[in-house]
Order: sequence, then structure tokens, then C-alpha cells
Amino acid sequence: MVTTDEIKQRIETGLPAARAEVTGDGQHFRAEIVSPAFGGLSRIQQHKLVYELFGSELGGRIHALSLKTSTE
Amino acid sequence: MTSENAIRTAIEQAIGEHELILFMKGTPDQPRCGFSARTVAVLESLGAPFAAVDILPDPRIRQELSAVSGWPTIPQLFHKGELVGGCDIVSEMYETGELAEQLGVAAQAGETPEDGVDGAPLTVENRLN
Repeated sequence: MVTTDEIKQRIETGLPAARAEVTGDGQHFRAEIVSPAFGGLSRIQQHKLVYELFGSELGGRIHALSLKTSTE
Repeated sequence: MTSENAIRTAIEQAIGEHELILFMKGTPDQPRCGFSARTVAVLESLGAPFAAVDILPDPRIRQELSAVSGWPTIPQLFHKGELVGGCDIVSEMYETGELAEQLGVAAQAGETPEDGVDGAPLTVENRLN
């Protein structure tokens, strides 16, 4: 079982100065993330940065991770 | 037996040939995942004609699609050969009006539509069977 705390921790340690609020039910998660790492990137690129932290787990043990990203 | 290469080529051709194409779980009439259903509902509410490909019949479709796009999740919407995004980005762009602008359709104010909203007739293609 994946926890919201695990997702939050991995985002906050994986992205510089990131703050994440994560909700979810063990399979489907939603994360609102603020990080300066997103600066100058398109939405696609911002979301890819986050997806890369989880690799093949997305679609596997994490069925879905819905994202909202911003720099501030 | 279709090879991975043939599947990838078919995916790239489908993306190249259709101005707006959605790779999804299920079909627009019978989506098999809430995120796919939501994305279809957004496109239908904009009245944007789109092609749709069901990725479920063969797991290699999803695998090859993600290799082509660099995007891990389904659905994936492509416009003029470029990845627009998945459900989150499409929904966010719909709400801000950016999606209508990019697709060249009249902007519709307001809320994200409910799943399963009746919309314009669809151009549905599935060339990957």
C-alpha cells in the first residue's frame, strides 16, 4: 500500500525546495506541488519532472498520480 | 504477430495523420477509466473532432506509446503531432481557455463538464488492432 506520506516525501526530496500536498486512497493520488525547479518549463515538462521520480511505479503500484504544479 | 516496431510505426503514423488524437483506455462511447472519460468529455464539450485509439487491446500499445511520447500515463492527447498532455493538463487548459485557443474552437466558459456528456459526433479510428 502506497501512502500519501511516501509520495509527499519522495517529491520533496526529489525536487529542489519542493513543497507537496498529497491526497489519495492508496492507488489514486493527487499532488499539488510548488517548486522553483518548475521555473521556465512548460506544463508537460513540469509534470515529466515529477513522473520521473516514480518511473515504472506509475501505472503499477501507483495507479494514477494527478498533478498540479506551480513555482510559487 | 505484430512486432513492437510495427506498433510504434503505427502509433507515429496515427499521431502524424490526425490533427487531434487521443490515446485512451476504452473508446469515447465506453471509456474504461475515469481519466479517459473526463478527457473525452472535455473534447466533446469543445466540439473538437478527434480520433481515438484504445490502448487496452494490447499492452505493447501503451508501452510503445510511452516510449514515443516520454509520458507514462494514459490518456495522452496529441495536437498537430505534439503531446498536449494527460487528463490534468487538458482539464487545466480547458478551464483557462487555453485549450479552445490552441485547438481553434470557440471557447466555452466555465466548469469542467461531467463525465459522459453527450457531444459532437466523433471521428473514431482504431488502426492499431
